[in-house]
Amino acid sequence: MDVLVLSQWQFAITTVYHFFFVPLTLGLTVALAIMQTIYVTSGDEDYKKMAKYWGNLFLINFAMGVATGIVQEFQFGMNWSEYSRFMGDIFGAPLAIEALLAFYMESTFIGLWVFGWKRFSPKVHLVTIWLVAIGSNLSAIWILTANSFMQEPVGYVLNSTTNRAEMVDFFALIGNPHLWLQFPHVFFAGITQAAFFIIGISAWHFMKKTKNITPFKKSFRFGVIYGLVGVVMVVLIGHVQAQHLGQTQPMKLAAGEALWETESPASFSVFSIIDQASQTNSAEIKIPGFLSFLAYNSFEGEVKGIKDLQAEYETKYGPGNYIPNVTVSYWMFRIMVIAAGLMLLIALVGYFKSGKSEMDCKPMGLKLFFYSLFLPYIAMASGWIYTEMGRQPWLVFGLFKTEDGVSKAVDSLEATFSLIGFTLIYAVLIVFAVKLWKKYASMDMEKVFDHETIKEA
Amino acid sequence: MDLNIVWFILITVLFVGFFFLEGFDYGVGILLPFIAKKDDEKRVIINSIGPFWDGNEVWMLTAGGAIFAAFPHWYATLFSGFYLPLFLMLFGLIIRAVAFEFRSKEESSTWRNGWDWMIFFGSFIPALLWGVAVANLLRGVPIDETMTYTGGFFNLLNPYGLVGGITFVVLFMYHGSIFLTLKVGGEMLNSVKAVANKLYLPTVVVAVVFVLYTFFEVQAFQAKGLAMLALPGVAAVALLLSGLFLKQEKAGLSFIMTALTIVFVTITAFVTLFPNVMISSTNSAYNLTIYNASASPYTLEVMTIVALVLVPFVLVYQAWSYIVFKKRLTKDSELEY
Repeated sequence: MDVLVLSQWQFAITTVYHFFFVPLTLGLTVALAIMQTIYVTSGDEDYKKMAKYWGNLFLINFAMGVATGIVQEFQFGMNWSEYSRFMGDIFGAPLAIEALLAFYMESTFIGLWVFGWKRFSPKVHLVTIWLVAIGSNLSAIWILTANSFMQEPVGYVLNSTTNRAEMVDFFALIGNPHLWLQFPHVFFAGITQAAFFIIGISAWHFMKKTKNITPFKKSFRFGVIYGLVGVVMVVLIGHVQAQHLGQTQPMKLAAGEALWETESPASFSVFSIIDQASQTNSAEIKIPGFLSFLAYNSFEGEVKGIKDLQAEYETKYGPGNYIPNVTVSYWMFRIMVIAAGLMLLIALVGYFKSGKSEMDCKPMGLKLFFYSLFLPYIAMASGWIYTEMGRQPWLVFGLFKTEDGVSKAVDSLEATFSLIGFTLIYAVLIVFAVKLWKKYASMDMEKVFDHETIKEA
Repeated sequence: MDLNIVWFILITVLFVGFFFLEGFDYGVGILLPFIAKKDDEKRVIINSIGPFWDGNEVWMLTAGGAIFAAFPHWYATLFSGFYLPLFLMLFGLIIRAVAFEFRSKEESSTWRNGWDWMIFFGSFIPALLWGVAVANLLRGVPIDETMTYTGGFFNLLNPYGLVGGITFVVLFMYHGSIFLTLKVGGEMLNSVKAVANKLYLPTVVVAVVFVLYTFFEVQAFQAKGLAMLALPGVAAVALLLSGLFLKQEKAGLSFIMTALTIVFVTITAFVTLFPNVMISSTNSAYNLTIYNASASPYTLEVMTIVALVLVPFVLVYQAWSYIVFKKRLTKDSELEY
């Protein structure tokens, strides 16, 4: 296989894998901070237990996130050196700021939080977890600033002498409209991820009839409210994002709908078997006018099809194939949307079931709550795959193609070696992480608490 | 002074911070399987760097990010050129980060010993490879007219590169052992001191070999003239004094001296490079310099402002975290890892 394909696989694997852990860190640090705030302000010991219990599970996740995050910082240079040359003037700055502003804060205060339960007053200790939460989410802003440029380049000029894109307006870069849709989407996706993590594991404790169930009841309640906020916001922002996509990356929108021909009004496809080679769909089920509604909030309006866009891009950018993998884009988008719909439903049901003093739920329902903890992972991975694959063949939309970005110094043997190496270590580590998660998640909160107290005494 | 020079200095500072801080926590990681036998002793060793290792590692990430932002071609050439060593280093850092967190979360001794070795390899490999990388940067590597590295993997494993690697490993072990003499208490303190004393002589020997080898091997070093010897000279004096202070039971001063050794070794390396950032052994016309590898003046300006605003905060709260956890650890301390 050639270096380009190997590097693409490696980037996809390392990044999707890294993003299994990131959203939980984003959302759970905020959740921990809220729980600990409730403990400090109300003195309710249950919330201290919750902060410790969920904190323990969070730390396993955090270690995985840190370990896989280092790869992210270096792989642009390692596998995508020509991209780094072309984009470094713009792309390097947010990465450096991410490290300076966010990583230092997150990593230093996490040390202070973990090791500081006994050393600080409750209030100072509370500040440390809030700073971890703020640091984590600041890191998301900066890496998404970089990603947003790739989706929607702003604040740059093409310098023909240096043969690269150069930054001319830093504030345009951080004011990128794409960023201020993408960041809230990711932020609330993190909230959702953490919520379903809490919902799922708490439900498991209901199933197992854990003796000291009260803190799990409080956790479950916390989780469904947190989750409702998260999912509702993700969906609302997602809707605005789709409209923005129609204006800025219409090809991605069309590919996500497998819309070959321009339609006015455009119908939304529910199911379809796609044949990319012949540019046709079969066995299609459609809702008339609904795609126009998604794009314009009105059942009127034209949505451009892939074939017309291809012709348009050929005129604009020269001959070439500007169509991404339509089957992948189409299904990833659907998987994400379906997962979000299910989460919304589950969070709503959970909200009404957990309102009373006794959890009113059959074992089957509890099982469902438990398995719902996998939904955000599915939504997250499919969402990113759609975002990144739907942009192809561009690496930076309209400016720079993926095939031009790959490193020249790396040969296929080296790329194969690293691809296998990363994949293997990731596979092994997830086994250990899951083993620890099972062990610590199945603990009674009293036990975690006692264990800690004994250790601290 | 133009901003290209400012950023060269800032990156030097980041590497100074990185090698000084991660220097001792890599050292502690390398020593772990040898310095402590019983589990509670191992936990004391690990917890001595427990609250810090992650923050220390960010120095490396920031250095990488700063190179990307300020000198994109340096980032592109270095990281794609040193592909396999970097892959191995990342592999090491992945298992290391996970090992700290996972190690004490299971009781089984197989589990714990396994992760202890992961901490060892995860500290040893990056320490070794940074030494190899720095030595090769000084010596120069094959780079063509398109700023592309053409040397392959084994080109980096030349004798000088390997001596550089060994020097880093030994120096970090020594630095780490002195850090431990400041951090552990009780009965463990004596064994830690003994290890530090034992490491002193080997450190001096490899350091001398490395400096002499550099003097004869590295053209960029020779080209700077004899006055350049002053910088490794300071490092050498500091190293000698560290041993003296160690004998006198002044661990704090001894630690400052090994820190100074690392600081001056790093400064020597960067001054040797200047104004190049990567030296081409193919043709000096292909060198990457702080000018032909740099970002645009506008980006440098933005980043300078950002750095001036943020770095002071980082220094303050990181220093604060060291003050918070300044107490010596014993087997009876509260151990999180």
